[in-house]
Amino acid sequence: MTRLSGGLIDRSQTLSFSFDGKSYGGHPGDTLASALLSNDVRLMGRSFKYHRPRGPLTAGSEEPNAIVELRNGARQEPNARATVAELYDGLNARSQNSVGSLRFDLLAVNDLLSPFFAAGFYYKTFMWPKAFWEKLYEPMIRRAAGLGSLDGQPDPDMYDKGFLHSDLLIIGAGPAGLAAALTAGRAGADVILADEDFLLGGRLNSETHALGDTSGSDWAKAALAELASLPNVRVMSRTTIIGAMDHGIYGALERVSDHLREPAPDTPRQTFWRIYTTRSLLCAGATERPIAFENNDRPGIMLGSALRSYANRWAACAAQDVAIFTNNDEGHRTAEDLLTKGVRIAAVIDSRADAPKTNRYEVFAGSVVTNSAGRLGLTSVSVRLANGETRKVACQGLGVSGGWNPNVHLTCHQRGRPQWNADLAAFVPGGTLPPGMRVAGAAQGILSTAGALSSGAAAAVAALSDLGIKAKAITLPKAEDTPFRITPLFHVPGKGRAWLDQQNDVTVKDVKLAHQEGYISVEHLKRYTTLGMATDQGKTSNIGGLAVMAEMTGKSIPDTGTTIYRPPYTPVSIAAFAGRSAGPDFRPTRLTPSHHWAAQQGAVFVEVGMWLRAQWFPQAGETTWRQSVDREVLATRKSVGICDVTTLGKIDVQGTDAAEFLNRIYANPFGKLAVGKVRYGLMLREDGIAMDDGTTARLAEDHFVMTTTTANAVGVYRHMEFCRQCLWPDMDVQIISTTEAWAQYSVAGPNARKLLQKIVDPAFDIGNDAFPYMGCGDITVCGGLRARLFRISFSGELAFEIAVPTRYGDALMRRLVEVGQEFDAVVYGTEALGVMRIEKGHAAGNELNGTTTALNLGMGGMVNKKKDSIGSTLSEREGLNRPDALCLVGFRPVNHADNFAAGSHLIGKDDVANAANDQGYLTSVAYSPNLGHTIGLGFLKNGANRKGETLRAVNPVQNAETLVEVVSAHFIDPEGDRLRA
Amino acid sequence: MRYSGFRVLKEALTGHKGWKPAWRDAAPQPRYDIVVVGGGGHGLATAYYLAKVFSKSSVAVIEKGWIGGGNVGRNTTIIRSNYLLDGNEPFYEFSMKLWEGLEQDFNFNAMVSQRGVLNLCHTDGQRDAFRRRANGMRLNGVDAELLDADGVRKMAPFLNFDAARFPIKGGLLQPRGGTVRHDAVAWGYARGADSRGVDIIQNCEVTGFKIDNGTCLGVETTRGFIGAGKVGVAVAGSSGQVMAKAGIRLPIESHVLQAFVSEGLKPIIPAVITYGAGHFYVSQSDKGGLVFGGDIDGYNSYAQRGNLPVVEDVCEGGMALMPMIGRAKLLRMWGGIMDMSMDGSPIIDKTDIAGLYFNGGWCYGGFKATPASGMCFAHLLATDAPHETATAYRFDRFRKGLMIDEKGMGAQPNLH
Amino acid sequence: MIIPHPLLGPRDSQEFTYLGDVSLIDRPDWQATGAVDQFHDYLYLRDNPAGLHRELWFHEQGDRSWLVVTRDTRTHEITGAELARDVARTKGRST
Repeated sequence: MTRLSGGLIDRSQTLSFSFDGKSYGGHPGDTLASALLSNDVRLMGRSFKYHRPRGPLTAGSEEPNAIVELRNGARQEPNARATVAELYDGLNARSQNSVGSLRFDLLAVNDLLSPFFAAGFYYKTFMWPKAFWEKLYEPMIRRAAGLGSLDGQPDPDMYDKGFLHSDLLIIGAGPAGLAAALTAGRAGADVILADEDFLLGGRLNSETHALGDTSGSDWAKAALAELASLPNVRVMSRTTIIGAMDHGIYGALERVSDHLREPAPDTPRQTFWRIYTTRSLLCAGATERPIAFENNDRPGIMLGSALRSYANRWAACAAQDVAIFTNNDEGHRTAEDLLTKGVRIAAVIDSRADAPKTNRYEVFAGSVVTNSAGRLGLTSVSVRLANGETRKVACQGLGVSGGWNPNVHLTCHQRGRPQWNADLAAFVPGGTLPPGMRVAGAAQGILSTAGALSSGAAAAVAALSDLGIKAKAITLPKAEDTPFRITPLFHVPGKGRAWLDQQNDVTVKDVKLAHQEGYISVEHLKRYTTLGMATDQGKTSNIGGLAVMAEMTGKSIPDTGTTIYRPPYTPVSIAAFAGRSAGPDFRPTRLTPSHHWAAQQGAVFVEVGMWLRAQWFPQAGETTWRQSVDREVLATRKSVGICDVTTLGKIDVQGTDAAEFLNRIYANPFGKLAVGKVRYGLMLREDGIAMDDGTTARLAEDHFVMTTTTANAVGVYRHMEFCRQCLWPDMDVQIISTTEAWAQYSVAGPNARKLLQKIVDPAFDIGNDAFPYMGCGDITVCGGLRARLFRISFSGELAFEIAVPTRYGDALMRRLVEVGQEFDAVVYGTEALGVMRIEKGHAAGNELNGTTTALNLGMGGMVNKKKDSIGSTLSEREGLNRPDALCLVGFRPVNHADNFAAGSHLIGKDDVANAANDQGYLTSVAYSPNLGHTIGLGFLKNGANRKGETLRAVNPVQNAETLVEVVSAHFIDPEGDRLRA
Repeated sequence: MRYSGFRVLKEALTGHKGWKPAWRDAAPQPRYDIVVVGGGGHGLATAYYLAKVFSKSSVAVIEKGWIGGGNVGRNTTIIRSNYLLDGNEPFYEFSMKLWEGLEQDFNFNAMVSQRGVLNLCHTDGQRDAFRRRANGMRLNGVDAELLDADGVRKMAPFLNFDAARFPIKGGLLQPRGGTVRHDAVAWGYARGADSRGVDIIQNCEVTGFKIDNGTCLGVETTRGFIGAGKVGVAVAGSSGQVMAKAGIRLPIESHVLQAFVSEGLKPIIPAVITYGAGHFYVSQSDKGGLVFGGDIDGYNSYAQRGNLPVVEDVCEGGMALMPMIGRAKLLRMWGGIMDMSMDGSPIIDKTDIAGLYFNGGWCYGGFKATPASGMCFAHLLATDAPHETATAYRFDRFRKGLMIDEKGMGAQPNLH
Repeated sequence: MIIPHPLLGPRDSQEFTYLGDVSLIDRPDWQATGAVDQFHDYLYLRDNPAGLHRELWFHEQGDRSWLVVTRDTRTHEITGAELARDVARTKGRST
């Protein structure tokens, strides 16, 4: 049959689309499923395990069967639900999970073998021979498993994140949600009304009931028009509320562009919202559930409510003759609607003996459907009549109505449990809801249209009253108000397979087997049979499975259990959760003040935390990084080098107790540091392990400037605030991070002073007497620019660090380079910095690895025992003071031509290389251009007393081994003459 | 009843009428020689090995809910033994070896799948640390390989090599690492223990310990008092709550860790892959779902659910590392309660109360440890001496300064 | 989660960094006898309650206040937030 009459589609336009390579036509307003059905296509997919032919069961997001791949190439989306995929011109969809074609799926052989594939069969076999699991069985299973496929290319679309705030978030824009939104909107509250559909109105668009003197869909349209005119109401279509998180925060996915061939330029495909709301109202409706019977999964068999939706909203029905199977009055509503649309009703099979009687169609009261036939689509059903006779009814469609399950999903996201309502034979929201949430309409178990309208309006009034907003009751139209009558029936007993979870192929038999084997608790049942674990998360199957288990245990359904619903309500693309924080924009990039200058020089950059730092500066003719780094090191040690060290953390410490504060933060004393002096400081964690190190300068009696390592800048600051606010709240000390306020450059090498004298204003004497090693002070440079100068050295050379306000950082770098020309100054990067600090034997990140003590670092003596400092007490524990404790020492190859690598382990010269003989490991290794061989730092057991010993640096993972000699960590200028020059 | 391909065939042809319950639903006896509190992976494994290896015939596992309902049923199923420190590496390798023979041992296919665990590195410092780790593994006789960027590209060409915020410099691969079907581990141990006479008692919550003169004589439960020669507690996230009933404070905090699974997809991720510059790791299950996770939420919680910041953070990591997964849809998220210890390493030890033993502090790494944890706890319960691979997992290591801190984060549980 | 900052009003928990139990304020006296044991208990042992938990959060992306937040670890419900400095003073801490 082609299109029926009516419907909410735009027949003035035809959209062409393809499914499995074949072209079809549809209309705006169609979903892929409705368009296919209107083209008489019922077969849309294959099931997971048995590869059974499948068509849509539903007309909504709960769909288990009509799951397809949408689009091509990098935009290919696996597992899209045809029932909610909006049709657009050029849509390209393909069926999934078939080998061969959809019609002739080779793996349909699994269906014949189904006796072997009962629930949990794989736990009991595939174990022999042992090696076959990974070589044969598992690859086979993996290939067969999975549904749709990813293309493997990066997702080309943009995704956004957004934040919204509201007084009242209304979830679902059916009759309850619309009545609530009108009530709250007219009262002036900030309202968000969100619905997953592209056409709002919920069942009003699928049913034929009038509201007052207009159709349901027209009433919805008018309500939405009014809401659109209210500035305090935000209506969000195509927006699924996916989770109710803590404290009134809701996650929402808006499919901004999925109804388009591709997103418009600069427009996201989807936006993930966090909605912060004081109150929420769940009006998510209810989902109809099927009744299981033998072979109840053929294309053409769908929920009665879905048949109505397709007929009334989409004017689609893929059957000439339709039968109805029902245990409640809904089935008769379906029959009436289809008749009105000109579809023949083959029969209504009503399991209730007291089924309503009519002469408009044949009713089999007290009867059930026992089986169906039709290879790729339904051709007939078998009916067992009340008198026990069996009758075959020819039909291409069967509408099954097993009752309604309120969509309680979001009420359970904070571990609330739903409760059983015997009148509905369904779970309704329980007593414990996420704070601030109310429920109205069918989601609350109120199934009539009139009830939905009035409960929605009343709930809005109540929610606003919590917030002190007075809302007036709105006038509601007269609407359908029939009571719901159901005689529960979840499955028709029979010998064959009756499907519960259609996607995962879980049948009534599987649940019975689970019971037989003791997998009885709901969680065991679910996990053993995979019931409810498919892409639809059991929206149409969980209750059925529970009912069968209840039958087996002889308990009631609520005593058998409930399942916990977890976010998201429907699946959400991973990219949407990431938003723009993906690919190269995963994290912000921090640039140093000299970055642009360095980029102009062709510097190679390296990621250091969030920072990008210049790693080295290649010069013309240099073909390897080593050439550049060696040149930078040699030039610095020969004359002078400049390096951007802005990334080091800087913390300004002020107050009359600043000195005492630092005394407690650092393991070594700071109380008596003179003004104008800098001291190296070692900071411990409270557990006695080294936390960070750096230098702290005393600029005034009550003013210090601390530096931290780049990596620990944030953590050290946090720790100091903890100490200040939580441990010593009355100390007069203030701290602030000034890392980004000052650009800081190291100027190092024998000509460092001469270079600086070119820019330091003449009023300031930076000669060795006036400004000795470890001196510091406020100065001005370049004719009055305020600056700070610290005579500290990481390289071991005569060196200064000069800091100027960040906005002058670029200019200062250019000036230093310019005035440095006469000294052949180089600018060096982090590699050269690293080489020189290893040559000098300074510990850095590789040594301060969170497990090393002051003792390990060769600085045990620095932990002052005459004062309280963080970590001092616990550093005394025996395990941290063993005689054979690791100690930082230097290493060089016995044969200078040999290399070794950081991460090598140290083994005695004649010992077997194994864990028992492990003596330590190398932390930092570099080639020293000054010494002409590789050098290394490392931790060696009792290392301080083993200088001169020969060991093997073993690197088995790279098949390397080198004889090394234990030496002092200070490879260059061990007496420190250079830095005092 | 022994499971086999033949048995499956036979049952298939006879309507599956012969299958028996995988384990008995036992009622509590008045007394057992050993009562294991906690019917999760570790508790069930402990009981299994007590019966099988140490021939203990009077053993019960008591569980407040249904077995396997805790972290063994809500983790990301990864197994590996790529540890850095001496106190850990032999233990986790012992566990790996037990995994490798587990299915034949307990006659239940837990789908141990050794497809490799690849940890990526993004800086030279990380690479040096990986080299140290890999060499440490090799010195312990464990498989480890260092891959350079090309090696990683060969293995996982879909990773973001060209437009990365943090470029991939290489990786540490443990080929024997992989995944296991988590629920099957609980069920396999339960079935194996049950068949050796262990009583598995579900819906039986411990309400207190009977302690007399410094000796534990049994447990008070919702199903009455159960006497015990020895009581071993293995309750993961509930450690603090249960041990508090014996008056013991622990070096443990309970935190929430979220995990995620996507819809089923055709095979695309070859191994377990972890991002070294963000909080993201992923593998693909036999059913096709991408199983992934990241960092713990970071606050103490018993709520078994987390919040959006971490959900988003994990997906951001995923999209930074492998932007091809953008259009895969996250299907389900859940949270487990992690017993985060003060150094990130576990405790398998006696307590100051005679007859009361403790196993916990597994942080979010307990699943891979399940077999060895069970074996070592069984060893301790049976012999009163620690197993040779678990000698470092003592309570007093914090008092003595012998922390086993893989990450070097110190006494802050949410950083491990 | 949303933390009711005593000075700034409701703030998203994402602006904060978590530390742990409020008992971390109770740093022992380094000169007390048995100081090492006291420090051990202080640093390593926790009540780890299932229920109300007073805990330290740092407003890192905000005003850099340390707060003591009272939160139920079973439901995540927050019933109070104070400046940690005030709490420290009520615990007798000063300089």
